[in-house]
Amino acid sequence: MSLVYQGADQPVTALQDINLTIERGAFVSFIGPSGCGKTTLMRAVADLEHPTSGSLLVNGVTPEAARLDRAYGYVFQAPALYPWRRIEANVRLPLEVMGFDKAEHAERAKRYLKLVGLEGFERKFPWQLSGGMQQRASIARALCFEPELLLMDEPFGALDEITRDRLNEELLRLWRTTRKTVIFVTHSIAEAAFLSSKIVVMSARPGRIVKIIDNDAPPERTLDWRESPQFLDVAHQLREALNEGHAHDI
Amino acid sequence: MSMVSSKEVLAAPTLVRPAAGSVLALLFYLFALVAPLATHEPVPTAASVGLLIAGLCAFGCTLVTGPLCAGLGSGGWVVASLALLPASIASAGLGLGAGALWLALIGAAIQGWTAMGAISRLKLEGRTLTGRLLRLAIPAMFGLGLLVAWQVLVIGFAVPQILLPSPGQIFAALVSHASILLADFQQTVLKSVIAGYIMGCGAGFVLALLADRFDFLRRGLLPLGNLVSAIPIVGIAPIMVMWFGFGWQSKAAVVVIMTVFPMLVSSLAGFAAVDRMHADLMTSYGARGSQSFLKLVLPGAMPHIFNALKLNSTLALIGAIVAEFFGTPIVGMGFRISTEVARMNVDVVWATIVVAALTGSAFYGLLAIAERLITFWHPSHRGGH
Repeated sequence: MSLVYQGADQPVTALQDINLTIERGAFVSFIGPSGCGKTTLMRAVADLEHPTSGSLLVNGVTPEAARLDRAYGYVFQAPALYPWRRIEANVRLPLEVMGFDKAEHAERAKRYLKLVGLEGFERKFPWQLSGGMQQRASIARALCFEPELLLMDEPFGALDEITRDRLNEELLRLWRTTRKTVIFVTHSIAEAAFLSSKIVVMSARPGRIVKIIDNDAPPERTLDWRESPQFLDVAHQLREALNEGHAHDI
Repeated sequence: MSMVSSKEVLAAPTLVRPAAGSVLALLFYLFALVAPLATHEPVPTAASVGLLIAGLCAFGCTLVTGPLCAGLGSGGWVVASLALLPASIASAGLGLGAGALWLALIGAAIQGWTAMGAISRLKLEGRTLTGRLLRLAIPAMFGLGLLVAWQVLVIGFAVPQILLPSPGQIFAALVSHASILLADFQQTVLKSVIAGYIMGCGAGFVLALLADRFDFLRRGLLPLGNLVSAIPIVGIAPIMVMWFGFGWQSKAAVVVIMTVFPMLVSSLAGFAAVDRMHADLMTSYGARGSQSFLKLVLPGAMPHIFNALKLNSTLALIGAIVAEFFGTPIVGMGFRISTEVARMNVDVVWATIVVAALTGSAFYGLLAIAERLITFWHPSHRGGH
């Protein structure tokens, strides 16, 4: 598929000849320089952008059908919590919109807030929590209606490295326990190598796939795994692929 | 860094200033007590005793600091203000000849200044009752001080009532004309303003809903709004009286014209202020338009809507009062002002102005409270958390 924007003076090709299949239950990361279209690709999956040519199927149906079927939960770069709603009410928002049974709301919100480690913060307002906690709440909000697909657009990009590491570990645990398909966009080589079962390296202008790297990391890994030769090897491959993509660019 | 250091620099003279102000106030009080020996002013004994007490408080204030000084200073200031009232009546019309009176007034002004300064430097606990009361103390003292000075100056210089009545005369007019003023209030505020305000704000909001949905309406209505807001109210009011008659309906119509476009413009700006990620989230949930509006757009637009509601509260009052100048049954605040001015009953005019000012402040204040309750989450309101 391809996606072309009508820019201010000329058409901008955001994505060109993207051809990719993602297996159910995979953790796929997209990595590449700014402007390589990784976010655009994910927004196309989410039916927030529309490919100008080619076809894109999400769970075997069009992105629009998948969206209306509530197939995915989207975690943005910012937590994007509604400031007038308490944390618990923010997590309940998709349940209210999607018409879940009222009796279920409280139970699900409680369960998923516990899953992301936000027990006891239900009654707080978003602006009373730290950035990391807000992002956890937004992950709980994306999970609570149990979509098959989790789309995460640089969810930890705005956080400090210590918080980011901890949330990486927790995300891995979540993925193991829920077996969701995760599509994850990131700038960080370490993050991509640590989290993913498959990494798609992209290059910019026009956005295209440079390389796809499979990562056979042990499922039960902790941050220590980042010291292992296997991790270093994946990171090395990633860096090479990124350099290669960059070479075309210049 | 610069904030901290400037605070530290300011902290040093705070110990000196109240004492200096108190000494100055004490000196003025002493001169005021001694002056009648030379000028033979008829100073009532009660006033002299009051000034003596105020002077003792000022003296005490030089010895202590902090809350004690603030308390002594404001207490002495209240006594001095009370002493000024009989003193001014005794020296009525003496003008600059009433030397003791003016010395005492200057002394009281300095003491009040010093006391308010001392109160404002107290470290207030935000949410306690004393904290709230002390925060109210300064505006109350300031307002009271202005009233006392007004009263004493008008009496002392025997200012003709037609130019400026004293607060006492205005208060007397408020009491003696209470039933008339109440009828005016009912006619102007309860009928014209409230009806026009609700209709105008409601219509502005509904138009904004439509204009948000149909772009041609937005493009057509906004220039019209600029045009209408430039129409002088004295031009439109007589036309409305011709259209809708002398009753409250024509005033409500003027209020509608004045309030509808501010609400339209603000609501549209509020609807457009939706955060893109917040909106994408609703799209990702496959939300219906109505769900997205009620759960996202409307709450997000509330700060803008409240801006228009507050602006319109003052516009509505002005519009209704001015419109009454152009024809009304023999009741209403605008009618009262125009007729009582012609009859030289300026105290009644001032009494009506007081009613209008209090009404406007209360109206605005209630809206501000509602705003704080509803848009508590907005960065401009959540500072305390």
